[in-house]
Amino acid sequence: MTENLTTVEQILERKSHAVTRDPNVAPTHDIRETLFELEAKGEIIVQRVPEPYVEMVTKYGRTKKIPIEHTWHHKSCGQCGHIPGYSSSIFWLHRQFGLDYLDPTDQTSCTGWNYYASATSNASAQAAVMSRNFSAAYQTGYFPMIHCGTSYGHYKEIREQLVHHKELRDDVRRILDKMGKPLVIPEEIVHYSEWVHVMRNKFAEKQVVDMSPITATVHPACHYYKIVAEDAIYDPDIYGGQRTAVVTAVLEALGINVADYSTWFDCCGFGFRHVLVQRDFTRSFAVLRKIETMKNEANPDLTVTHDTGCVTTLDKSQFAAKAHDRKVGIPVLSDAQVAALAMGAHPFRVVQFHWHSTDWRPFLDKLGINWQKYWDEFQSDLDAIRAGTKSGITWEDADKPVVYA
Amino acid sequence: MPTTIESWNPGKAENRHPDVTYDEKERLFLEVKNDPRYSDFLYGCYECGICVSTCPSARFYDYSPRVIAQAMAREDIERVYDIISEDIWNCAQCFSCLRCPRGNNPGGLVTLLREVAVKNGLQETKDVLQGYSRVIYKVMLKGNQVSPDMLQPDFFPDWGPWVKEFSANMPVWRKAIPVDTLRGVTDAAWRTDRKTLLELYTIWFETGNMDIIKEIDEGLYDLLADVMQEELEEG
Repeated sequence: MTENLTTVEQILERKSHAVTRDPNVAPTHDIRETLFELEAKGEIIVQRVPEPYVEMVTKYGRTKKIPIEHTWHHKSCGQCGHIPGYSSSIFWLHRQFGLDYLDPTDQTSCTGWNYYASATSNASAQAAVMSRNFSAAYQTGYFPMIHCGTSYGHYKEIREQLVHHKELRDDVRRILDKMGKPLVIPEEIVHYSEWVHVMRNKFAEKQVVDMSPITATVHPACHYYKIVAEDAIYDPDIYGGQRTAVVTAVLEALGINVADYSTWFDCCGFGFRHVLVQRDFTRSFAVLRKIETMKNEANPDLTVTHDTGCVTTLDKSQFAAKAHDRKVGIPVLSDAQVAALAMGAHPFRVVQFHWHSTDWRPFLDKLGINWQKYWDEFQSDLDAIRAGTKSGITWEDADKPVVYA
Repeated sequence: MPTTIESWNPGKAENRHPDVTYDEKERLFLEVKNDPRYSDFLYGCYECGICVSTCPSARFYDYSPRVIAQAMAREDIERVYDIISEDIWNCAQCFSCLRCPRGNNPGGLVTLLREVAVKNGLQETKDVLQGYSRVIYKVMLKGNQVSPDMLQPDFFPDWGPWVKEFSANMPVWRKAIPVDTLRGVTDAAWRTDRKTLLELYTIWFETGNMDIIKEIDEGLYDLLADVMQEELEEG
């Protein structure tokens, strides 16, 4: 790191103070207590977090159980649709440790992106979509792990509504009855980045790439820690407990230098409707408030986040800005992709860099990864698929970590 | 006319929508206020401006989450109508405004206002959502907001030349993904069981969601209803 860089440690030295966390004086109630009361009355089923799990501390000092395996992967439409290396990296990480998981086909998206974009829905429909998914997970015996930050935030908000409004529970139960499904709410609503967080030291044990040449900035996803804020993971050792610990902690565990920047609290500019049909706002915000600020204050090799929309917005907004000579050019990855790459995931079969737009080659060059060699390998895969001699890339092709030359 | 002590009347905005009666504006306001979630989202306002300072839309538009909380709390019917017909579509729904020390949720208020605007088919709302219909079609029919085949140069021209590459290579690139539920799927984000989609359609009809679509875009409603009803009848 250069001398004029403002490091996280320097910021903390100036600003941090002792953090007192006591669940007994937390400003919000513990919703899990209400869930168990409703279950005792026979209104809902609470799906328990399966063992093994790790207990993590959340914003106000309550503990949250994060399951390690036996998880039902609630995929993200934006990840699977436009940045598939995000999803494949999450699964690849599970597979490296032989963890039991389910990649279901009886899952719909939360439809929250559409709700936040257009409001062409209502509370009952949104709660029914969530409950149908949770019920489907419960019926398999696997515990939901939510890949999307918006689904995670939206579901926590809906959980609050279901708990506090009996008429909403009754309406959702009426609809689920038609499908032969019970009303299930999981004991915890778990985001995949929380699993990444608890697994970070295990990742470091299997790390094959030296990430120490890399300086990265972190964009914490709004819907992860701003909606139902008390449910996000915090750690006094990370930013003095003043910001969520997820993403930053895994990068540090992998030896990456995490640099700070002043607009870390700002959203990425996604806007839900804006990113699809009114991108002048999205591009302007992403570039002027996030990317250029990162460039000016930290000049990172990479920026890392943990949500669908943030990766898309920060990555895709840079092309048009470059045409206007703005200070851009920071590749964008998810925490899962970074961890997978550090553990030797194939850059194209697994991490799928080719779906990303901002130039990622300098980042791989700096890591000493001969990306051209792996791109050529991937091209051979594609040629075989085109020739019909291979139906597609499978886990058999992708599981084995690469030994980088 | 210059503002004087006599004419200065904060909180009483000029009537910017004289074509809409006060009774109609009040009816829409009460529809928002009577939503069971309303009392969870609004507790008053300190006028501290913390919500504005964190709001991305406030930096780029003539938009203020504080004004929304204030107008709703004051029950300023005229101003609320301005908000419901114009301001709400500027909100980025990031919920940074949840930083409010009073415990307000201005982003949540916007969601309620939007729901009422859509449900009542306000013309301004129809105009805003006109270019968005294809996304609603996708999410309601496939259960996914976006799909790989939406990555078209005409839809995302500002995302650079790579979009053309994504589009041209789509069928083979999608086969080169190791995740079983994604491999080879181009018209949805992942492979979904038919039974699951039928359950989703049931939700849309049972919750009145289809009626909402009919109010905002009758052509889109006809398209969706035809496909869904046929599928549901076949079971």
